[in-house]
Amino acid sequence: MKAKKDRAFLWMVVPAFILFFAFHTFPVLQGVFFSFTDYKGYGSWDFTGLKNYFNVFQDTRALSAYGFTFQFAIIATILVNIISIFIALGLNANIKFRKTLRATYFIPYILSVLIVSYIFRFIFTHVLPDIGSSLGIEAISTNILGNPDLAWIGIVILAVWQAAAFNTLLYLAGLATIDQQVYEAASIDGANAWQTFWKVTFPLVAPFFTINMVVAMKNFLMAFDQIVGLTGGGPGTSTESISLLIYTSGLGGGQFAYQSANAVIYFIVIVVISVFQLRVLERREAK
Amino acid sequence: MSGLKINWKITTLLILGTLFILFPLYLTIVIAFKTPEEMGGNLLALPESWSFDNFLTAIEVTNFYQSFFNSLIVTVASVVMAILIHSLVAYAIARNIHKKFYKFLYIYFISAMFVPFPIIMLPIVKQTSFLGMDNLLGLAFLTIVMHLALNVFIYVGYVKTIPIALEEAATIDGASTWTTFWKIIFPLMTPMHATVGILTALAAWNDFMLPLIVLSDESQYTLPLVQYAFQGQFSTNYNLAFASYLLAILPMIIVYIFAQKWIIGGVMRGSVK
Repeated sequence: MKAKKDRAFLWMVVPAFILFFAFHTFPVLQGVFFSFTDYKGYGSWDFTGLKNYFNVFQDTRALSAYGFTFQFAIIATILVNIISIFIALGLNANIKFRKTLRATYFIPYILSVLIVSYIFRFIFTHVLPDIGSSLGIEAISTNILGNPDLAWIGIVILAVWQAAAFNTLLYLAGLATIDQQVYEAASIDGANAWQTFWKVTFPLVAPFFTINMVVAMKNFLMAFDQIVGLTGGGPGTSTESISLLIYTSGLGGGQFAYQSANAVIYFIVIVVISVFQLRVLERREAK
Repeated sequence: MSGLKINWKITTLLILGTLFILFPLYLTIVIAFKTPEEMGGNLLALPESWSFDNFLTAIEVTNFYQSFFNSLIVTVASVVMAILIHSLVAYAIARNIHKKFYKFLYIYFISAMFVPFPIIMLPIVKQTSFLGMDNLLGLAFLTIVMHLALNVFIYVGYVKTIPIALEEAATIDGASTWTTFWKIIFPLMTPMHATVGILTALAAWNDFMLPLIVLSDESQYTLPLVQYAFQGQFSTNYNLAFASYLLAILPMIIVYIFAQKWIIGGVMRGSVK
């Protein structure tokens, strides 16, 4: 009886395990394996040891991709969390049209990131410069996506517009867990809105803050669709993210092995950052 | 808080904020209806006539019905497989989590959430074409593999809240583990089926990267991939491009208008877990 039951449970997980191993773990292992070779994606190959890894660290294009991705991810993560928390606080207040407003703020989440990026590209290249020059505002009268120093701002704006929807919802879920009596107690104690937020609300939604920071950062570090849609990595390679670099050079540029090494480094970077964030933020929570 | 009076200041601020959300959508509609001649004037003005010509051209040029159908196949296949397979896996894991093997399996699956896709990307292209999986069905399989971690995580959290007594009673009545799952547990997991279904459907429908690297035959392109493939042609005709974008996002917007409460509720339930 017990054995039969155990066998049944085993059969429930084995097919999924095989599928997962074949199409997730096995490709990861292949990637790691080829990162120690000179494989171009076709033809013969030889082992080259750690050569690819050393080369990535001296590759200005790879380093600039890391630089851009970090800059973009950090700024977008911070902005998206600040904006989301404010929208969530607003939606959680005693407002009119709550359901409609909530539904409206959530719209970006259901849309294809790539298509939204194409729409934003048109806004940045045509609509904003039009408005800028007719109002005489110098700063937006030219296409920011065409400027290597400013193009990243366009990507941040799009990414925040898109990601705020989901983060707002997470914060709303967090705010819903707070007992109203806590607020009443705070107001009886004479706390103002600012104090209430920092001393009462924020500590109580801290676990959601942790999750939001980690998830947002991880997603932004993997940015791909936004960049393909907005700039294609340009002008030049000024907005090339790590994902995009691995895609273009790894599949089209005959750098299968070299970009695999880059992907392994990228993987390690993401794990280290996520673990670091969890540690630091959870310590904050504990305080 | 229902007894308190309405906070109009915050209401007004939030309404103003929605302008940022709605502006790109407004622009998309306006441009999609205009003619190329009207593009010289004020871009934000309403079109002179509401003609559907751009849409008819876009449907023809991009083979819209075909790509809509392709997106639908991948989405439906992914959702059905995710609900059947992931719930089963999560049930077995949740009920045996005290055993080393299942505990290991759980951590093994969940850790996939931190594996960036690019490390899989290059090998998976070779693997899918080698196995003849560079088609819609292969794409659906890969979609559920990529979403296994999150979905199993959501399901396991929920199964833990289902009292085990129900299953013990069923076992005493002579029901097998499989019967118990399909007859008792699977129906009880309905709220999470909704959550997993919604998350998987949105991900599969809007996905770009996986179709981009997996699909090789143009007739199998999904809606986002078609927009990408037609960029060259679109750059000379924005009105055609925006008509095509609008057509591509419209199905999801229509679904959202009718099911927004359900969709938001589903996503929110997944996030509290």
